[in-house]
Amino acid sequence: MRHLIEPEDLTIDEINRLVEVGLDMYSNPKVYNKICDGKILASLFFEPSTRTKFSFDSAMMRLGGNVIGFADASTSSTSKGESLADTIKVMGAYADIIVMRHPKEGAPKLASQYSRLPIINGGDGGHQHPTQTLTDLITIKRFKQTVNGHNVAFCGDLKYGRTVHSLIRTLARFGNTKFILISPDELKLPSALKRQLTSQYGVELVEVTSMEDVIDDIDILYMTRIQKERFFNEEDYLKLKNSYKLTREKLKNAKPDMIVMHPLPRVNEIGYDVDDDKRAVYFEQAEMGVYVRMALISMMLEVGPYARS
Amino acid sequence: MLEVKGIENGIVIDHIQAGKGLKVFNRLFSATDNSVVLLMNVTSKQLGRKDIIKIENTFDVNMDILGIIDPNITVNIIKDNKLVEKLKAEIPKSLKGGLQCQNPRCITHTDDYAEPEFKLISANGKLEYECSYCEEITVYKL
Ligand SMILES: [Zn+2]
Repeated sequence: MRHLIEPEDLTIDEINRLVEVGLDMYSNPKVYNKICDGKILASLFFEPSTRTKFSFDSAMMRLGGNVIGFADASTSSTSKGESLADTIKVMGAYADIIVMRHPKEGAPKLASQYSRLPIINGGDGGHQHPTQTLTDLITIKRFKQTVNGHNVAFCGDLKYGRTVHSLIRTLARFGNTKFILISPDELKLPSALKRQLTSQYGVELVEVTSMEDVIDDIDILYMTRIQKERFFNEEDYLKLKNSYKLTREKLKNAKPDMIVMHPLPRVNEIGYDVDDDKRAVYFEQAEMGVYVRMALISMMLEVGPYARS
Repeated sequence: MLEVKGIENGIVIDHIQAGKGLKVFNRLFSATDNSVVLLMNVTSKQLGRKDIIKIENTFDVNMDILGIIDPNITVNIIKDNKLVEKLKAEIPKSLKGGLQCQNPRCITHTDDYAEPEFKLISANGKLEYECSYCEEITVYKL
């Protein structure tokens, strides 16, 4: 039995296969719409995340399976003081696979120690969110044909954004050796991660504070939210938020085949006038999340393309 | 020099860096009913000054905790007035319990099932332990 707690739980070959299978599910959904017939996904959201929950629920339903669960802890037995281990043990009788989101970091790891079902981490605090990384990779593959060989830039809050940390690490595992980092000094990539990237993977990091300086050189622009809470004062925040906002104007100098990604939800870091540009793929990215989750559920349940012969 | 007689049965925790004896006592023996002697600032050829703890009728001691407090500590186990075993503390490569994860968002603070487990990442002047649950680094200063 497998669990997916962090991207490192999957080999590069396994990630490649998930992306391939996910893309085929996207192209030929009918082939797969019964492979989870009779299976139940327990979707346990100890903290609300509508987007992730719906993406998993939709994935299971598109495979012909069923979903039970809760969307926030106040409606679960945890609010009555039940321990996570007990909740997970009981679920063993009700479902075939579990996806969980939890505000405490390490909770999915703990759950996996007590579970007789495969567990997928749907996000644990600021720690890991492996299916977001898979979503990003399948999107890159769909729009850029290969995961490797592109000039990838990350823009915005690179200090606290776990999405960015996880994707950079995984792209480095894939053999990408150069990244452009666009952020204010206050929100630079943590130095521990920089050290790991350079020592372990020989990655070269180009750090800049202005998007305009590098935009014509980028193949994939990954945008993130800059949150007000990260700044000491309102003034700094207001000053900075616009310099890290992508607008139609800034896109003028970008390559015609660049793609713009964002884990969503966005607040104001991408102008609405960018949505119509064919380079904006963030809504397609959310869509691809469903298909790569379908592939993942199939893998963990060993059904369809992953059935044991 | 202050004279304290040897013990018939029990353990002698020796070569504790002067000043850390009380820490060892508090972490490991504060709840014991057995007789304990804590010697502080004893003259030592090796260390100049050292602390020593003698405890009667106790043979178990958590060597991992001793190792993170001071890896130079030695433990003598004494039975019927004879030294039967001599143990040397060392910096533990992994730790179960004994440390609290520094990450306030870690599951180990709120769930009784999650016993903190740590892996030694670095022992360069300070001990860095990675939590097996949240993967944050907790620093224990030597
Ligand atoms: Zn922890």
